[in-house]
Amino acid sequence: MARGTAAGPRAVLAYLIRRLFAAAVMLVVIILVVFGIFFLVPRWAGVDPATMFVGKQADPAAIEAVRQKLGLADPIFAQVWEFFKGIFVGRTYSSGGDVTDCAAPCFGYSFKSEQAIWPVLTDRFPVTLALALGAAFLWLLFGVAAGVLSALKRGSLWDRGAMIVALGGVSLPIYFTGMLSLAIFSYGLGWIDGRYVPLAESFTGWLGGMILPWVTLAFLYAAMYARITRATMLEVLGEDYIRTARAKGLTEPVVIGKHAMRSTMTPILTMLGMDLGALIGGAILTETTFSLPGLGGAVLQAIRDKDLPVILGVTLITSLAVIIANLLVDLLYAVIDPRVRLS
Amino acid sequence: MTELSKSGAAVGEPVKDSPAPSAFLEVRDLKVHFPTDDGLVKSVDGLSFTLEKGKTLGIVGESGSGKSVTSLGIMGLHTAGQYGKRKAQISGEIWLDGTELLTADPDHVRKLRGREMAMIFQDPLSALHPYYTIGQQIVEAYRIHHKVDKKTARRRAVEMLDRVGIPQPDKRVDSYPHEFSGGMRQRAMIAMSLVNNPELLIADEPTTALDVTVQAQILDLIRDLQKEFGSAVIVITHDLGVVAELSDDILVMYGGRCIERGPAEKVFYEPKHPYTWGLLGSMPRLDREQTERLIPVKGSPPSLINLPTGCAFNPRCSYADVPKDNVTRTVRPELAQVGSQHWAACHMTPEQRERIWTEEIAPKL
Amino acid sequence: MANSAQREGVAAGATLNRDAAPGETLLKVTGLQKHFPIRKGLLQRQVGAVRAVDGLDFEVKSGETLGVVGESGCGKSTMGRLITRLLEPTAGKVEFEGKDITHLGVGAMRPMRRDVQMIFQDPYSSLNPRHTIGTIISAPFKLQGVTPEGGVKKEVQRLLSVVGLNPEHYNRYPHEFSGGQRQRIGIARALALNPKMVVADEPVSALDVSIQAQVVNLLDDLQQELGLTYVIIAHDLSVVRHVSDRIAVMYLGKIVELADRDSLYKAPMHPYTKALMSAVPIPDPRRKSAKSERILLQGDVPSPIAPPSGCRFHTRCWKATQICTTTEPPLLELKPGQQVACHHPENFEDQAPQDTVLLTVAKQAAELVADEVLAESAATSAAVAAEVAATPAETPTASPAATAPEDEAPAKEK
Repeated sequence: MARGTAAGPRAVLAYLIRRLFAAAVMLVVIILVVFGIFFLVPRWAGVDPATMFVGKQADPAAIEAVRQKLGLADPIFAQVWEFFKGIFVGRTYSSGGDVTDCAAPCFGYSFKSEQAIWPVLTDRFPVTLALALGAAFLWLLFGVAAGVLSALKRGSLWDRGAMIVALGGVSLPIYFTGMLSLAIFSYGLGWIDGRYVPLAESFTGWLGGMILPWVTLAFLYAAMYARITRATMLEVLGEDYIRTARAKGLTEPVVIGKHAMRSTMTPILTMLGMDLGALIGGAILTETTFSLPGLGGAVLQAIRDKDLPVILGVTLITSLAVIIANLLVDLLYAVIDPRVRLS
Repeated sequence: MTELSKSGAAVGEPVKDSPAPSAFLEVRDLKVHFPTDDGLVKSVDGLSFTLEKGKTLGIVGESGSGKSVTSLGIMGLHTAGQYGKRKAQISGEIWLDGTELLTADPDHVRKLRGREMAMIFQDPLSALHPYYTIGQQIVEAYRIHHKVDKKTARRRAVEMLDRVGIPQPDKRVDSYPHEFSGGMRQRAMIAMSLVNNPELLIADEPTTALDVTVQAQILDLIRDLQKEFGSAVIVITHDLGVVAELSDDILVMYGGRCIERGPAEKVFYEPKHPYTWGLLGSMPRLDREQTERLIPVKGSPPSLINLPTGCAFNPRCSYADVPKDNVTRTVRPELAQVGSQHWAACHMTPEQRERIWTEEIAPKL
Repeated sequence: MANSAQREGVAAGATLNRDAAPGETLLKVTGLQKHFPIRKGLLQRQVGAVRAVDGLDFEVKSGETLGVVGESGCGKSTMGRLITRLLEPTAGKVEFEGKDITHLGVGAMRPMRRDVQMIFQDPYSSLNPRHTIGTIISAPFKLQGVTPEGGVKKEVQRLLSVVGLNPEHYNRYPHEFSGGQRQRIGIARALALNPKMVVADEPVSALDVSIQAQVVNLLDDLQQELGLTYVIIAHDLSVVRHVSDRIAVMYLGKIVELADRDSLYKAPMHPYTKALMSAVPIPDPRRKSAKSERILLQGDVPSPIAPPSGCRFHTRCWKATQICTTTEPPLLELKPGQQVACHHPENFEDQAPQDTVLLTVAKQAAELVADEVLAESAATSAAVAAEVAATPAETPTASPAATAPEDEAPAKEK
């Protein structure tokens, strides 16, 4: 599509560079804040991370060795620096003769399992990502479609019905709808196995395991999206340029599908950007309900165990995902609305 | 429909039983009503007029007089895209070049929109889609009605932009509406509405959102284009100056009805309705010596849900007591011929009006 | 300097007599500027400024109405907000009754707020929909801590009847009123504290013609009865002519012409004023064909971020010459009661007669101006020049602007 003067490729590139720079700054700030919270708070609370690592019954010498090895006695800035270094170039833990090498993306070791965190993240992240993206696809498809239909048939039986269902979707908690769907489709009707099967093993098995979590998670969001789509669409239909489109002699499907939809998508995209971030909260519940081996399960376990390095790792990787999602949404936004590119 | 059409049929007009009018555009007893929670809003309540090709009709009125509703009614935009339960109720007849639009197949009317009849709106910023370039929007308007490829349509768009006086049209065709100034946007809007050489052009407050020097440019453009394209033009405005500049005929609306209609000169120099007098007296004029005071119309415009019975202008009319028997309070006056091609709806006798105009109104203007 | 002596005199008069006598200077504005910074990027560096108001000098005399006209973006609304101190000027000075109010803080402005009130354009959005009109009109009393004689309610009812509303409607809500009535409510609120000066920003432009006339007449009556001083900002030249005693024409943040109403409308001197007035559509169908009188300006008003050099109008003027691009013409009182900032004024002797070569843009612009207009303009200028040559003693001392530095503006002191 031919782009106007405001939207040369150079302008888009400059915008992209600006945004990437801002994203990098944001990530560093997040690391600092999270690091601060998770490593300073226990200290203030009088809990020694080293004891958490080795267990309370360990003798003082062992605790001291661990403290040395993990650098827990170092000043906070040194610790942060070591942590950063670990992520980008790897780090070496050493205490006397006990030396452990931790290769490049090093997020440290779990207090609980004493395993490196990075493999845990790479193992579990794809599950959460698949859950989130699949659900997002479903809720966009059904939420937006239901919203548009409701707007066009405003006041009809369909509109009222859809909006009541949507209200239910917004109000019912995930574990309720999740349990209900498991009870009906898996235990009751027996249509779906309900167990998670890795994609590498069997595609259909994976699909079977994911479908209920997807639908459950999507239901909540689809309800919200249907409501906002309906409201936005009604507003857009009242715009002067929609009247102009009709005055040109365009057919109704073109007026709605092209002219009205493009404007309706703007607030929906904005919401999507925010929701992809908030999704991890929904994912934890969904993953627990359906016993999916995703980040949600891991972080829940880590919180129970006060396993700070795991919590830190999960927080960082999800923050990264949120930032990337938002960057994508903003780029998409710029494609839809030519006016944002200038600012 | 037929039972309704008695009330507003203009005297001297073809009556309802002669279905194919000779005029290019003929509106007969048009009614546009909107049901609301508070009651039925009678935005247009029995309007009739004719318009020939190459002529300009100015429709003047204040907000809520029904002038914009009329234009949207002709374009069929009250019914197109009416979703939900509350549909506008439209009755009467609208004949465009031998086709009655209200009973015609909606898809046929859609094909006429943009091709046979086109519209220019008040605020070009909100009337153009903010996300598409000017070129995309003009190309789209052209290609709905012409089977041509995008390149040809784009050439046509550039040509039209050039015609309406946009500098560097081959570059500006790829600009977005927000990159244009107000005047340029209205030019682009005009280019878009004229891209299919429509026979009828409706301009709804085409210059109200513009500055006065830009307004002069746009009025000039509309006048030139009409000469060139020979289309019939309806100009809808509250500004008597704009109407005087453009119109051959003037129709004054009040409370959803026509209260006076005639050639521009007659309406300005021999107005026959107290409301027209009021409009002329309310308006400070640059072309006259400074007047001491303006002569406003008292009160406020009527509610379209509860129009006053009798003459809708009665509560605001300074001469409501002049007609005998107080008919203004009970009977609605019909349009009656008061001169050649000149109609007015008032209970006062022609002599009474003549006297009041020459003795009381004209000297103060 | 003579100027400061005059100012002291005004200040003394103001302290002796709170109600300034008609004809005394109530508001004096010197070198008034307002630049809105444009910030960009992560660090919000200032990359430029919108020069909304860029050096205004004028006075408002007690009891008069100063009309301010101009097209959108000329800075007239910003000017209104500066003289009522809703905005703080970037530079320059605003004096009210001889008191410098340019940089007064909110607290120090409070007593001043009684004397200067503002009426806004939009009667729909300037009234809080959740308050009754009684609350709205009595708000100024509460803010100022004033209890009017006979109580607030009685005073509100009195004000309602003054502006032609039913006093019994004081506990109705704004939505129960029509547009014209809401503007009356706005006026009643402005009048509550018995102000000396009322600044009205487009007071009638949102109203229908028949209602507009009611409000114009009301403003007129109130001025007669209460001895108010008005600054009325509007884009409608016919309305401004009707209400004003003197009129300032603004273009791109500057006053290009400031004159008595009749002089301005009968013989405008600035080409922009002339073009502006000729552009107003005349409600007279017989003059439809008389297009020759109209001066069509090319293009749009330039951006106030980077206004043209020299005379700001030179990019659209049909009389522009070289000097117009380089030297900004000062606002000079060429005729008594008529100040203009132009090198080649209409209806007056050329201020830069040596500069005769038209710019290319001016030639293009002149093509849009009918020959009759050009001929007439040349004829009047020649006539005035001849007249000036014949009676040199009576003419104001207007030195050729080409050599006159700006700060030497020798406008005749009255």
